[in-house]
Amino acid sequence: MKDQLGGWTLEALGEPGDVLPVVTAPDAVLSRAGAEVDPTDPKVIRLAADLIATMRVSPGCVGLAAPQVGVPAQVFCVDVVGHPKAATVHGTFALCNAKVVEASRWRPGREGCMSVPDLTGDVKRAGRVVVEAVLPGTGASVRLTADAFEARALQHEIDHCSGLLFLDRVAGAHAVYQRKVYL
Amino acid sequence: MSELAITVIGHDRPGIVADVAEALAKLGANLTDSTMTRLRGHFAMTLICNGPAAPDVEAALEPLAAGGQLLATVREVRPETGAAPAGEPHLMSVHGADRLGIVAAVTRVLAEAGGNITDLTTRLAGPLYVLIAEVDLPPGSTEAVSARLNEVGAGLDVDVTLRPAETDLL
Repeated sequence: MKDQLGGWTLEALGEPGDVLPVVTAPDAVLSRAGAEVDPTDPKVIRLAADLIATMRVSPGCVGLAAPQVGVPAQVFCVDVVGHPKAATVHGTFALCNAKVVEASRWRPGREGCMSVPDLTGDVKRAGRVVVEAVLPGTGASVRLTADAFEARALQHEIDHCSGLLFLDRVAGAHAVYQRKVYL
Repeated sequence: MSELAITVIGHDRPGIVADVAEALAKLGANLTDSTMTRLRGHFAMTLICNGPAAPDVEAALEPLAAGGQLLATVREVRPETGAAPAGEPHLMSVHGADRLGIVAAVTRVLAEAGGNITDLTTRLAGPLYVLIAEVDLPPGSTEAVSARLNEVGAGLDVDVTLRPAETDLL
């Protein structure tokens, strides 16, 4: 198993993807656990490319999961490049069938979501995670260690792939807020 | 000394808390527990205070309510007696398309299980309805209550998550 991303680049996905419409809660697809996928299936590779294209045109978006574009599958992308709260930065990448295998340094933080555009919430997440997944295109297995903001983004997206929103994990009855700033 | 339960609600504007708190302070009323929050443009205060008699507080708040901008109620309540039955703290999240009866149905499940809600907020954001509740449940009941909530949630087309809350004790 390759440590980190093992040299994976966006070239593994071929042509740039299409920008897809993002679905919002209470759309039922956001509540369904996504199916495991074959990372070398051309449809999955295309989906990963579409997710990255959609993330890139969405202001403030640091990650996007397949259910958010209406596909109940375990595929997502993350990109925390340049984010002030990021420590580890693995660039722009997509993962399939990802699982958190180690989690520590739990701390609260405020989260929003393109699929819950009007609310934010305080969620406790691990500040350091080890994630095992396979890469779209190459199909290589990887083991990724991330911390801080990137770790939070990974957990948020992996939750999407399990049919969970940040609303399912908020820290208390007064931990959901009306969004004040739209990016 | 009487213990009073006071509610004040009205269209939000700057100064509601200051006006009400000042009126109470002038009467020597001591605020204990309270929540004060904005709900869809209305400002709502619920508070417990000790000190003056209810009619005096009603009279003091009357000028604030006179313009019809604020609605205030004052009731004498019996002081807390004994501790509430011990339960294990849980958090329940409910979200889905807004429809009639979500709160009634899910809270009935909690009540039937002997659960005691200690805090609850709801928000309507566009078509999305969100309910977050803090509830104390009888020890060992998490799984059964969770299963029942999922059944009821499925019937309402809403997602329900029940999880033990953290008890960070020093």
